Order: sequence, then C-alpha cells, then structure tokens
Amino acid sequence: MGLWDTITGRSRPKRANLDALFLVPSAAITLQTAAGLNPTGDGSVCFRAAAGAGFHQTQEDIVSLLEGTEDALGVQITTDSYGFTWLQVHRAADDTGGLCTDLHAVNTTLEGEGFGPGLLCSLIPFADPSGRRVGLVYLYKKGTFYPFAPTGPQERDNLLELQVRDTLRDELPIEPELSGWMALWGAPGL
Amino acid sequence: MTTVMFLLGALFVALVVGLALAAGGTLGVIIGLVGIGFAVYQWANSDKVAMRAMRAREVTPEQAPELHGMIDRLCALADMPKPRVGVADTPVPNAFATGRSPERSVVCVTTGILGMLTAEEMEGVLAHELSHVAHRDVLVMTVASSAGIAAGMLGQGARFGAFGFFGGGRRDNNSGGLPIWVVVLLFSLLVYAVSFVLLRLLSRYRELAADRAGAYLTMRPDALASALKKITGGINQIPQRDLRQVSAASALCIAPAIGGVSIKTLTATHPSLEQRLDQLARIQAELSRPSG
Repeated sequence: MGLWDTITGRSRPKRANLDALFLVPSAAITLQTAAGLNPTGDGSVCFRAAAGAGFHQTQEDIVSLLEGTEDALGVQITTDSYGFTWLQVHRAADDTGGLCTDLHAVNTTLEGEGFGPGLLCSLIPFADPSGRRVGLVYLYKKGTFYPFAPTGPQERDNLLELQVRDTLRDELPIEPELSGWMALWGAPGL
Repeated sequence: MTTVMFLLGALFVALVVGLALAAGGTLGVIIGLVGIGFAVYQWANSDKVAMRAMRAREVTPEQAPELHGMIDRLCALADMPKPRVGVADTPVPNAFATGRSPERSVVCVTTGILGMLTAEEMEGVLAHELSHVAHRDVLVMTVASSAGIAAGMLGQGARFGAFGFFGGGRRDNNSGGLPIWVVVLLFSLLVYAVSFVLLRLLSRYRELAADRAGAYLTMRPDALASALKKITGGINQIPQRDLRQVSAASALCIAPAIGGVSIKTLTATHPSLEQRLDQLARIQAELSRPSG
C-alpha cells in the first residue's frame, strides 16, 4: 500500500496471480520420479463466493464450461466450515496438463467477472503407493506454492512437506515463510 | 478527509509557532518535540500497552485453531503478514487491532464476542480489524493526535503554574494584560479542543474505511452488518458504568444542534450504526448485481 492509500485509508483488493499454475505439470513429473508421489487426477480451486445473483451465475457458467470439456470426469462444489467454496475437478491421473488448464479456466472466468480478489488457493493432491498424501497448494495472492501433508484431523507430516519443498525448490516458487504454509484441514482430495 | 489531516498538521504547527511567539525562544520547539516523542513512544509500544490494558493473553494455533484458521485465510486473501492473536477474558463483546506496523501487530478479541457471534460474523469482525492493520490506523491516529498530546501536556503544566518563569524579565505581568501562563493555558485549551473534534472526525472516517475494506475482503457485508447489530445491542445490554453517574453527561447528548449534528455525533469515535449499515448495504448491492 502506498503512502497516499495509507493516508486516505483506501486499500485496493489484491489481484490474483494466475499463470504460475502452468509450472505444475513439470513439477508433477519431478515429484513422481524423485519422491514416488503420483498425481491423483484431482484438483481444486478454493475461493470466497460473493452473495447475490452475479456470482451464482458465474459459478454456473464455470461448471457448465468444465462439464462440456471432453476429458473432464466431473466437477464437484463443496463449502467448508470457514465459508469458502471448493470447486473440485476430476481428470485422468496422468493428465496433469489438462487439469491445470481446467483450473486456469476457473480462475480466469472468476477474474474476468471481477471476483479475482476472492480467490484463496488452488490444491493439487499427490499420493504415494504407501498411502501418504500431500497437496501442492498455490497461493494466488502471493504467487507461491507450498506442500500440505495432513496425517490426522489436526496433524501434518512436516518431514514429508520439507522433503517436497526441497524436491521442487528449483521448479516452483516456494513460499519462503513457513508460517505462511496455511493448514487446510478437510480439503477435498486429501 | 485530507482536509482534516491537513488541519491537524496545521494545528500542530500553530501550537509550536504560537508558543514560540508567546514564550519566546526555543521553548515552543522543545514542547513540540516532547509531544512528538511521547506520541512515537505510544505508537511503538501500542501492542504491548493495549494487550496489558485489556488483560489479554496471546493464543497459539493449538489453543484457538478456529480463530487462527480464519485469520490465516483472511491474511492469505489480502496478502498481508499474519498478526499475533490475543484473547481477553471479559464478557463485554469487543475486538481491537493494534501495533506499530503490519509486521508487528496484534488482533485481539474478547471471550464475550467469541460466544456471541457466529463463525461468519466473527470473520467479518476480524476482516474489519485486519483492515485497520493494513491501513496502519494506529500510526495515522498517533501522528494526528500529537498536537493534542502536546497541548494537553501544556495545559496541565500551565494550570499548576509551571510556566510562571516564561515572561520573566521581558514582560511586566502586573501592568494590565494577561499573565503569560494564562495565555498559554487558554491557547493550549483551544488547540486541544479543536484537535479533539478533528480527531474524532478522523476516527469515524477510518472506521468506515475499515468496514468497507473488510466487507470487500470477505465479500459478506451482511455478516459484518449483523455482527455490528449484535455487538452494539450487546454493549447496551451490559452497562459499563453506573447509570446514575452517566445521566449528567448524557443530558448533553439529547439536544441536537442545527442540521441534526449533536454533540454526540461530533465527539463519537465510531460512526453511528445506521451510517455503517447504510454503507454495508451499498456494498452488498454492488456485489450482488448480476453480471452482464
């Protein structure tokens, strides 16, 4: 916020940074080869739904757009206990590129209708054969990624998270502040 | 609102220059510097002082997972550093944010407000408080109040005759004319009164600004509106002072001055509930307009 905005008390809503999502497909291959973590084929966008007709219409447009895509296996909408909406997209497990295109379509539609400031994060879950799960979270406002590996209702596997961070350090902009690695308990797909 | 800020700055300069003229020499400048120094000290320690005054304790994410989760999400939405979180154990529903910068700030809620509001309403209140942090309201209000602080200190000093030495050899206090300390006292009182009204005006404006930014952040103006209604209702339900004691002062507030401006509306630190709800309703209408 600049000096003038501070003096007048007018903060502008932060715009979302959308393009870094396309770095995910190559990062997924790295995770697969280096850590044995495979994409599950799911992906979700978490946003704050505005009250009223305008938003409702936009959300319906997005769902019909995604369901019209050939390779998409389905779309789900859920609301979490914090009042955020999760729009979950299913694809074939090896189609990370298509998944990212879908997520990007959700983002650009929301942004185009002026709801970009409501975008919170995107989540792409990975799983290894032993059943451990870790989600790659993209923070729209910061433009950074971080891993989130829940093991119980309020527990997370910090070692796995740090391992993922070290694996992807050269490919993705990783959130440097560990306190910014927000916990997303009960996120769909994890 | 820039006019108010300008007037407050001008007032400060007028105080220093007026004192320099009245008392002569560098005394006015010294008083001015002391005023600024005191304001800076208040600002730098605002988080600790406020937490202690409210008897609040800091809570960890393990102790208050819900509260931390909400603040985490709001901070990620607004891209701001996460403040520390405090809880004050009192039944009065209230929340405040303070601290010298967004990096070193604290958001504090009372147990009363936690019990009274739903999760959505609580989020609206937290977004309002985080907007205060993002707008650096503690800094703005401290800078704006430095003239008032200096004038207040002078007034206290002059009342107890600390400035009897002012005129010393230069003026003869006995040959008619007011003694210099009376001039200083009157002048400081005037500055203090003007600064008081301007500050309250500024504070009401900053509250509305925080309401607006908070409503756009959560996209739920209705949640903040119902929280405000509950809180103001709740504060009225729990009188903080003996009613017999208040009656003398509240007699002043019934009498409305010309144009519907009463002493109450001029000196309140917060805008009226009506005004705040009006603004939230406008934001709600804007958010829910169907897209083309």
